[in-house]
Amino acid sequence: MGEIKLMKGNEVLAEAAIRCGCDGYFGYPITPQSEVMETLMVREPWKETGMVVLQAESEVASINMVYGAAATGKKVMTSSSSPGISLMAEGISYLAGAELPCLLVNVQRGGPGLGTIQPSQADYFQAVKGGGHGDYKLIVLAPSSVQEMNDFVDLGFELAFKYRNPAMILADGAIGQMMEKVELADYKPRWTKEELVEKNGDWATTGKPASRKKNVITSLEMASNDMEVRNINLQAKYRKMEEEDVRYEAIQCDDAEFILVAFGTAARVCQKAVEVAREKGLKVGLLRPITLFPFPKKVIKELARKTAGFLSVEMSAGQMVEDIKLAVYDAGSNARVDHFGRMGGIIPTPTEVVEALEDKFSWELSYGVKRSY
Amino acid sequence: MTEEMIIAGFGGQGVLSMGKILAYSGIMEDKEVTWFPSYGPEMRGGTANVTVIVSDTRISSPVLQEYDTAIILNQQSMDKFEKAVKPGGVLLYDPNGIVHPPTRTDINVFKVEATKASVEMGNPKVFNMIVFGSYLKVRPILSPDNVEKGLAKSLPERYHKLIPLNLEAMQKGREIVEEVHVV
Amino acid sequence: MELKEVTKTEGTMDIQDILKPENLVYQKTKLLTDTPMHYCPGCSHGVVHKILAELIDEMGIQERSIGVAPVGCAVFAYNYIDIDWQEAAHGRAPAVATGISRVNPDAFVFTYQGDGDLASIGAAEIMHACNRGENILVVFINNGIYGMTGGQMAPTTLEGMVTATTPYGRNTDLNGYPMRITNLIAQLPGTSYVTRQAVHTAGGVRKCKRALKKAIQNVLDKKGTSFVEVVSTCNSGWKMSPVASNKWMEENMIPYYPLGDMKDSVKGEHSEN
Repeated sequence: MGEIKLMKGNEVLAEAAIRCGCDGYFGYPITPQSEVMETLMVREPWKETGMVVLQAESEVASINMVYGAAATGKKVMTSSSSPGISLMAEGISYLAGAELPCLLVNVQRGGPGLGTIQPSQADYFQAVKGGGHGDYKLIVLAPSSVQEMNDFVDLGFELAFKYRNPAMILADGAIGQMMEKVELADYKPRWTKEELVEKNGDWATTGKPASRKKNVITSLEMASNDMEVRNINLQAKYRKMEEEDVRYEAIQCDDAEFILVAFGTAARVCQKAVEVAREKGLKVGLLRPITLFPFPKKVIKELARKTAGFLSVEMSAGQMVEDIKLAVYDAGSNARVDHFGRMGGIIPTPTEVVEALEDKFSWELSYGVKRSY
Repeated sequence: MTEEMIIAGFGGQGVLSMGKILAYSGIMEDKEVTWFPSYGPEMRGGTANVTVIVSDTRISSPVLQEYDTAIILNQQSMDKFEKAVKPGGVLLYDPNGIVHPPTRTDINVFKVEATKASVEMGNPKVFNMIVFGSYLKVRPILSPDNVEKGLAKSLPERYHKLIPLNLEAMQKGREIVEEVHVV
Repeated sequence: MELKEVTKTEGTMDIQDILKPENLVYQKTKLLTDTPMHYCPGCSHGVVHKILAELIDEMGIQERSIGVAPVGCAVFAYNYIDIDWQEAAHGRAPAVATGISRVNPDAFVFTYQGDGDLASIGAAEIMHACNRGENILVVFINNGIYGMTGGQMAPTTLEGMVTATTPYGRNTDLNGYPMRITNLIAQLPGTSYVTRQAVHTAGGVRKCKRALKKAIQNVLDKKGTSFVEVVSTCNSGWKMSPVASNKWMEENMIPYYPLGDMKDSVKGEHSEN
């Protein structure tokens, strides 16, 4: 058993980065995630593991520092909050286009614009549908506890290197600011130069020895045919992610007539909402997508065949609900899909969620559950 | 056992750190804990509050509408959170600065004159520990041993010399807490 | 076809005699690849590429070198010099180089940027990389124009100069003034060596090579940022012959962007000028 501590989600990100053998962090301060870099600067990991920490002049610069360092095959990361991620969008598209593994963290706050520093989940589209230009996908992990903030740093790097693709931890201000009991991982040493060359030497710009051709990191192809091939390969990679790395948690879904679908902080609220609803005699379950991309389509399709309705509970105007609808449509099911959300930095309460469920599915509740087929 | 509580008062009263000590003490007793603060501009001189949940099982929502216990340390928080105590739950408050004392009769109400006591002890900084001590008297959810360990864990080593003073303040709180209304 | 044995006549040389090492007077730069360059005839890029390739070879640092290519005419620099390269987004090369250098402190990292890339869209990145004293070399090609996108105005475009977006000449009321960004860079304490060169004459090429060699050595010695501007021609963008371009550059560009060292110091010291 690892070391047990009481820590904030943001602090844990920093600690987990040091312990998982991360080589570098590049960032720019923004609330509500500034504790990530602050914690790193207090910890001075360059003295302990050799990990580099640098405060950049902007998010534009920090994402490009990540690009440069990631292209040398190192484990590097950045973190920010919503407006900062918007500024990084260009660099994220380049990272995806050049197929560079790295870890990005978005501790979301409410938008649009300068918005609020309170928690939000309104960057779902930005994270899973692109955000930058071009057809690309990030691997998106949604932690719902401080423990998962810890665990997903290592997992994020693992997936990023498995696919040579940027991975993003999509958290929110609540998870970042919340303290919980966390079991820290044991230290993993940083890769030595030899290990790095062995793992990534066939593509990374580690410096060209006589024994191999020069490695070039680029997302540019002037010939459309070549660029299409690049895109086809990227899409094949994204399909592989959908085959192999979907993660979710299903709570009391087996007998559920209604399924709440929620991730991150909203999923925590919904877990309580399931308890409240069950006390009232409503058969409600919770599906918590852990990977937002790849999205757990398959399980939603299966549930759609035996469930009357899905309520997507999000701290947004309703974004993930579109992906649920697509999955239900693909299943050929007539299960109804609706959305309940709070915006502007407000976290819904469990009671509100149950009331919304009763309201939006009042027909099914009054006239008996209409089983789908 | 699950204890869902809110501690609310002014920034600077040690609301957040009291919650942190409680959470750490919970960890010492192998409980699951969540500490969820209000954050942002309201921290700077305005009201501050923190939700603390200590439980034997996995903790669900960090955001709650009603609480088993509310520790209330200013009038604004009284206005906001008196009504949020579950029937049969506990409301503990310091009467200093409270113009409208709690009126509910379906909850257990206790008061602790912690501001006054901390001045008498010659150290206003131990205010929150007096309140904490009185809370543990009223809601003995954690063993005193583990609370002492939690206190040590949550203080940086350079402040460990202050542990005896803090324990003394907690003892004071245990002694002076008064029952106002019990269901 | 029947092959006949060629008998060697006394006192004459055949090709095998000529191809002896002692007769070698010139050879293709080893680290330049066989890829034909896409640059226009008369363009300065080819010359600067060659100098860099020569120096990386001569200084024995191919295995340590990581180049960062810009968006601009030199976007394909990675096709021409046989080292590891990264292609950066427009203007971001100094940030990319920062990332590389920070996690690979023993690498020789350089950016190769044009004036639109470095002085316009990437002004923030270059200032801050130089101000932090990143241990990198910046090669700055200043031809006063956006060559790649078809000859639009750059921050360095001279007053009155006609470009695709200043068809009646650069008007300072509308467009502001030509930016001597290298002079600004020289003020930053993070830089160690800041110089302005040109490669339109044989003498200039030799001087530029000396400057780049010193700059590279500074990076190897971890002295902070070295910054080498090369005032260059863009005969396509300027719509002149290569010869006329060289003349125009001498008469117009160099008076505004005078050649020479601006700072030769160590990181942490302010420029004396």
